[in-house]
Amino acid sequence: MIGLIGALAAVASAATHASWVDVGTFSVAAAIVLAGAIGVVVARNPVHSALMLVMTLFGVAVLFVLQQDSFLAAVQVIVYAGAIVVLFLFVIMFLGVDREENLGVEPLRGQRPLAVGLVALGTTGLLLLGQVSGWTTGAPHVAGSDTGQPNVNLLGKSLYTTYLFPFEATAALLIIAVVGAVVLARRPPPSTNPVDDEGGAGPIDATGDSVAVDAAAAAEVASPPREGGIPLRAPHASGVAGSPGSPGSPEEMGS
Amino acid sequence: MLHVTYLIILLPLVGFTVQLLVGRRLGDPVAGWVATFFIAASFLVSIGVYLDLLMVQAPVRTYSQNLWTWIPVDRLQVHASLFVDPLSMTMVLFVTGVSMLIHLYSIGYMKGDRDFSKFFLYMNLFVASMLILVLGSNMVVTYLGWEGVGACSYWLVSFWFTRDSAASAGKKAFVYNRIGDAGFLLAIFLTYDKVHSLEYSTVFANIDKIGSADVTAICLLLLVGVVGKSAQIPLFPWLADAMEGPTPVSALIHAATMVTAGVYLLCRVNPLLHASPDAALVVAIIGAATAFVAATIACAQNDIKKVLAYSTVSQLGYMFLAIGCGAYEAAIFLMVAHAFFKGLLFLGSGSVIHGLHDEQDLKRMGNLRAYMPITFITFAVGWLAIAAVPPLSGFWAKGDVLENTWAAHPALWAVGVVTAGLTAYYMSRLTGLAFFGKDRWSAEVAIDAGDDLPGAHHSEGAIPEPHESVWIMTVPLWILAFFAAVAGVMAISSSRFSLASWIDPVFGANLYNDHLSSASVWALATIDGVVAVVFVAIGLRLWMTRAQRPALEAAFLRGAWYINELYDAVFGRPSERLAAFCADVVDPKVIDGAVNGVASAVRGSGALVRRTQTGYVRNYVLGIVVGTVFVLGFMLTRLWWS
Amino acid sequence: MTINADWYLALGVVLFSIGAFGVLIRRNVLVMFMCVELMLNAANLTFVTFARVLHDIGGQVLVFFVLVVAAAEVVVGLGIVVAIFRRRANATADDLHMMKG
Repeated sequence: MIGLIGALAAVASAATHASWVDVGTFSVAAAIVLAGAIGVVVARNPVHSALMLVMTLFGVAVLFVLQQDSFLAAVQVIVYAGAIVVLFLFVIMFLGVDREENLGVEPLRGQRPLAVGLVALGTTGLLLLGQVSGWTTGAPHVAGSDTGQPNVNLLGKSLYTTYLFPFEATAALLIIAVVGAVVLARRPPPSTNPVDDEGGAGPIDATGDSVAVDAAAAAEVASPPREGGIPLRAPHASGVAGSPGSPGSPEEMGS
Repeated sequence: MLHVTYLIILLPLVGFTVQLLVGRRLGDPVAGWVATFFIAASFLVSIGVYLDLLMVQAPVRTYSQNLWTWIPVDRLQVHASLFVDPLSMTMVLFVTGVSMLIHLYSIGYMKGDRDFSKFFLYMNLFVASMLILVLGSNMVVTYLGWEGVGACSYWLVSFWFTRDSAASAGKKAFVYNRIGDAGFLLAIFLTYDKVHSLEYSTVFANIDKIGSADVTAICLLLLVGVVGKSAQIPLFPWLADAMEGPTPVSALIHAATMVTAGVYLLCRVNPLLHASPDAALVVAIIGAATAFVAATIACAQNDIKKVLAYSTVSQLGYMFLAIGCGAYEAAIFLMVAHAFFKGLLFLGSGSVIHGLHDEQDLKRMGNLRAYMPITFITFAVGWLAIAAVPPLSGFWAKGDVLENTWAAHPALWAVGVVTAGLTAYYMSRLTGLAFFGKDRWSAEVAIDAGDDLPGAHHSEGAIPEPHESVWIMTVPLWILAFFAAVAGVMAISSSRFSLASWIDPVFGANLYNDHLSSASVWALATIDGVVAVVFVAIGLRLWMTRAQRPALEAAFLRGAWYINELYDAVFGRPSERLAAFCADVVDPKVIDGAVNGVASAVRGSGALVRRTQTGYVRNYVLGIVVGTVFVLGFMLTRLWWS
Repeated sequence: MTINADWYLALGVVLFSIGAFGVLIRRNVLVMFMCVELMLNAANLTFVTFARVLHDIGGQVLVFFVLVVAAAEVVVGLGIVVAIFRRRANATADDLHMMKG
């Protein structure tokens, strides 16, 4: 196996005039990326998808390093793989959406064939576009050269001089995002009427008294930890109608 | 005074405005006196203008006054301008004079009416419009006055509009007038197309530039307008129905002024008529036919005003007969004399109606000469004048017309003479039934079955003793009787009242000269006189004694030759069916269908398009991908083939 | 000496397509989100490639920003997901069709 790869790399390096190390690293990294991507899409268990995503991210980080962009590779691993995917896993576990999805059935008519067809068309189109137009235009550099100094220096200098304003803006964006997340995810403050006092009435819950009744039942079941606690799995008690084969009316959601 | 000619029109307009603003507060009878004052002022100004015009030396006695430019559009330059010449001044004098007397009379006649001031409002506006019509120096100003008198006629005929028959009569008058107006308007368009000006002087100067076919066309179109306004065949039925209006209205509008607007117009365009002998012949034939037909109808009417209405139509026919023969001066003479005696007859009949407490049925009158002597004497003068008994004015005027007709178209002369006999007969019938014989008004009678046209007035109970009218109504009667008697003096060409020497220069060479020997003239005059006296005697004898003679009152004549029924069948019913069709089919199905169809098409297409909004996020993502693919495809094709 | 940029770009295209396919096919909301992340990564890869080819540091700066914004987006997105799907464990994207026209 390794020998095969090596042979391929040798051929590829001869063909592209690049060193066989580069070619080999690229191939391996590309393989990892693609395998991970396909894994994300195909895995039935969402936790498996998350893990596959991590694999893809690592592959991309390697590709970044290959392009002399070591800082970004590090940031990719730390932020993307280390923070974002972990956040995904938190939510998966938190909401209990780790049930397996039945991929065999497609409730929306025509979605699968159309998806396959269109994505294939799109990919072909993009690849062809690349060939026909030439990928690059050869425009002179705008933000400063990417060689001459270590990657971090160049990046830092560009970030804090030319792109200072966007930098500050993203800082603000991050704060807003945090505030938004807190607001979105919290429950409404408790009121004296126990019927009204449902935890986190989201859009789906806006309809149907059954929601209130069920949630009241659920709340009573889990009442001790209600104040500050998070009722894990409480809605399960109120019956679930989430069969994939019936994208039914909103009433179903609360029943 | 000539330079304040515009005052002649302005004063009645001011009167109208005053009535509009404070008329109701002035009330009965002050509003009437105010209105009469303005007309009287206008009359005085017109006398002054007349005297000034006399100073201007003949043969071209004219004066123009351009007040302002009304329509300045490229080639079409229409000015609000007045044209004073003997023809227009003749009209102005008798319009303002007779109007003044009728306004005075109306103060008494309309006393106690709820809308007293409104009456004078319309009357003043009418006089102003008539004066605009007569004094205009171009066809558009004339048309303005033409329309104005038509509108005022509508308002005045349907003055008592709470009565259905009055409201309908007003509409009928207006619609018939409108048909004529369409013809007039087309004539204006055609004239402008050929001459590019609407001023009379310019048009007449350029007649040879208009082809003869076009001149005939213009004359015939003007004739359509005239036939509508002056109630000739085929547009005469409205005049009888217009008797629904108050009697002063009938006297002023439908005897003396509005209906004579047609005569004025044709006289004004005499160069055009002279250039088109065919059109002139048509005018003459229509005039003669109308005179005859209307006279026969008048012989069988029971309503006193309807007799007079058809009599008006008949006399107007004489005027058009004269115009058709080119005898414009005779037509004007008859018009002026007719204004006096017909106005007199109408006001007299108003006095009778008033005295009999609104009774208009001749069959319920009788022996009124014992109770209303002044009315009788003045009415008798009018009666004899219209019957053309010498030496009253009618004899001279009608004689003038018949003399020219004999020279131009002898066949039409025969018609004219027969009609003259009929005129004398039916007027004597009217006088005999109303003023002579036994009184029939003190008896109780049942309503006559199968009687007059709708709107006839009957009463059932006995009518209390009739009384003579107040001085305010009898003074105009005396004045008009005087003029009706002596207006014949205008025929004497050597006197200073001679109409011929005053008005002939307006027509110049277009005026027909009959070249008759004096023997012929005497013979014709004798025939006229004999016919008149004989038929007066016959009529009086027949109708003094008995009130009912069915053999002489054929239903066909009383029903006006059933022309209303004819029009109803030919125009009325089909129009109603068309209207019903439009209302029931076109409106709901076609128009509403189209509008609703658009709405439902939008709704349907919306429902179709709505199906893309499934609510599923994944479908929407699919949509994005579809779009992306399209953009890619577009870019590829651009690059590939460039 | 380095590998021709075309390979990287082609790889980016394929990665992007896989991500798009995943969004279209999967019904689990969180997996759909992850596929979006795949697409963002493909874009990042492309940017870095062009930064190298054009010798312009701007591409890498942009990747930096994309990273930050992706993080913020994930935070807010997952907050929304939590808010919506708190009740039901296996709610899918197909259950959210109240916007049906």
